Amino acid sequence: MSSVAADPHAVHAHAQHHPSLAHQFDNLDQQRESSTLGMWIFLVTEIMFFGGLFTAYVIYRSQFSAAFQAASHHLNVIMGGANTAVLILSSLTMAMAIWAAQVNRRKLIVVFLILTMLLGATFLGVKYFEYKEKFTHHLVPGPNFEFDGPDPQHAQIFFSLYFIMTGLHALHMIIGIGVLTWLAVLSWKGRFNSEYHNPLECAGLYWHFVDIVWIFLFPLLYLLGAHAH
Amino acid sequence: MDYTTEATTFKSPPVTAPERPNYLNAGYTLRSWLLTLDHKRIAILYLISVSIFFALGSLFAMMVRLELLTPSGDLLQPDTYNRMFTMHGIIMVFFFLIPAIPAVLGNFLLPIMIGAKDLAFPKLNLASWYVYNLGGAFTLWALIHGGVDTGWTFYTPFSTTYSNTHVIAVALGVFINGFSTIFTGLNFIVTVHRMRAPGMTWFRLPLFIWSMYATSLIIVLGTPVIAITLLLVAAERLLHLGIFDPKLGGDPVLFQHLFWFYSHPAVYIMILPAMGVISELVAAFSRKRIFGYRIVAFASIAIAVLGFLVWGHHMFVSGQSIYAATVFSVLSMLVAIPSAVKVFNWTATLYEGSVSYETPMLYALGFIGLFTIGGLTGVMVATLGFDVHVHDTYFIVAHFHYVMVGGTIMAYLGGLHYWWPKMTGRLYNSFLSRISAMLVFVGFNLTFFPQFILGYLGMPRRYWAYPPEFQVLNVLSSAGASVLGLGFILPLCYFGYSLFKGRRSIDNPWGAVGLEWDTTSPPPTFNFDVIPVVTHGPYEYNPEQVHRVTHPEEAAVV
Repeated sequence: MSSVAADPHAVHAHAQHHPSLAHQFDNLDQQRESSTLGMWIFLVTEIMFFGGLFTAYVIYRSQFSAAFQAASHHLNVIMGGANTAVLILSSLTMAMAIWAAQVNRRKLIVVFLILTMLLGATFLGVKYFEYKEKFTHHLVPGPNFEFDGPDPQHAQIFFSLYFIMTGLHALHMIIGIGVLTWLAVLSWKGRFNSEYHNPLECAGLYWHFVDIVWIFLFPLLYLLGAHAH
Repeated sequence: MDYTTEATTFKSPPVTAPERPNYLNAGYTLRSWLLTLDHKRIAILYLISVSIFFALGSLFAMMVRLELLTPSGDLLQPDTYNRMFTMHGIIMVFFFLIPAIPAVLGNFLLPIMIGAKDLAFPKLNLASWYVYNLGGAFTLWALIHGGVDTGWTFYTPFSTTYSNTHVIAVALGVFINGFSTIFTGLNFIVTVHRMRAPGMTWFRLPLFIWSMYATSLIIVLGTPVIAITLLLVAAERLLHLGIFDPKLGGDPVLFQHLFWFYSHPAVYIMILPAMGVISELVAAFSRKRIFGYRIVAFASIAIAVLGFLVWGHHMFVSGQSIYAATVFSVLSMLVAIPSAVKVFNWTATLYEGSVSYETPMLYALGFIGLFTIGGLTGVMVATLGFDVHVHDTYFIVAHFHYVMVGGTIMAYLGGLHYWWPKMTGRLYNSFLSRISAMLVFVGFNLTFFPQFILGYLGMPRRYWAYPPEFQVLNVLSSAGASVLGLGFILPLCYFGYSLFKGRRSIDNPWGAVGLEWDTTSPPPTFNFDVIPVVTHGPYEYNPEQVHRVTHPEEAAVV
């Protein structure tokens, strides 16, 4: 079915010039294209994962819109808005880290990665105070749930969705910070430069994706009842 | 038929030149296996894990069939019976049927068939095996501590509120296992896109690759949905978050929508790889180019796409809107079109082919018959009025076993017999293997055909006891299950023997075409000594020059 082609050992020997080239690839281009495609497919799975939650949200919101609006007023729009700004800023610093790699500025990569992680940590810190507020006001679903508005049961579904959606989003942030920590160490060791910085690009895609999830979550959860007043 | 006794007439392998370097003799330590990045070794690791879970799932099936021998519930407690069929379903679906062909045969063959050195992400591939076992460990933990009794479907609110069994552990086990499936699917898609050998265009890909690609698309789009659904079930049990809780106004039917959005396409995750295997087998043992190659390839994609539009046919009696049910009914029937295209094209490939009845071909022919029955009864149950009659009866049980066992397991075993000499470099006993193929076919039909009748007569599924008039058919079914079990044990024996004592095979014992047969058996670590350049399509068989070396005498290395 096939005829003889180029000697793979010759290809191998040529390719071995670059220490970051994995054995299964012929060259860095193939490696870069493969890992980028893999990352995009992973993000597709993430969209489907969050998609299940958004489906549940859409269905219940259309069924119990009054309860959802009332419950939405118990979220802190200031904190949520500030967090939105923090995340958008972190996407900028993430992009700057990749730019720093493209222009071979090793220390600058590390600086921007650390900035990105700090902004991510800020987001999680604000989230902690928001969650704490919900606990003190008995807005956590379960036996201790108390809600003085109309339809407390349906409000409980809203808060169930609130916690699971923002909780899974926060989990993604924590994983992202873990990945960035590892990449910051590698960057410090000088692994990334203009020729090879694909792990940074893939981590960047992931980070931007997590930001975009929040861009959807914020209006759906926090701004839901705003137009009614 | 004297060659069938090769095991007894042949005492020891001839002393030949030192073995060529291959993936098996590349290392003998446990470490060289457990930390391997070689897709072929990972396939073998998967083969072992998957076989263990298959044996476990079969044990539960055995308990179910034993209980149903008599009308009264006498062998097991009713609660125990619920756990038996639940664990049978969960283990067979999530830990055997879904990974079997992709993770074993796909892992081994996909890079070789497209002329690549390995999958695009070897570490991810190894990780997927560990994740699979981690998910399995959760499930086994639950099993040892009493199992779970919700049925493999985890329907709410029973699973979230009322069941007193280990729902969380099993749900997490399936959730974790989902990651391993996603890793495999993602790896396959990227590999097919980026790692093909020079000249290997899309329409020179073997149909097995097309079906693996279609399967991977479903895996990547569907699995995350079951992941979030099971996570919500676990959260509802553990944290009292009430997404599906009717007491709060939550909707259990929403759970069913989310569950079947994955779990119906999951049926195609099981059957599409099987169809890919059959395309390879039918072409190889008919010595003919596959009839309508492009149509068969596109049929795989069509099944993958249509598969996402039909989930509502599981919910005809769940209280979904009658208009939705009508649409789902029509869409479900559409799936029959690409499926039938495949069956007709395999049959057309046989026509005027030079057909030989080697063991893999016996499985392939068995598949075509059984899948046709499974598929046609699928059209029946897609019909709204008829489904209301047979819903939740043994008719459904028989239908999906015809697709899953008669389809997927037949193809898996056929593929294993076909590529065994490639994977191990050894031959197996061809007489015993034909016997086992026959036993599986006969045993399978004896087990499940009576269940069609039982279901049509109204015997509900998942019941522990039944009226005495159903006993004859149930005894037939249980008897068939024993024959089927024998058909599964037999390969274990002769494959085990072949692994250690079997005669060495030549590189291409079937005289088949395809890149995997161009390399040595077993293949070297990087699959090819020289990366191939592909100049023509995948099934360039020439019936005029039948080069058939199928007898072990000829196929063995001398």
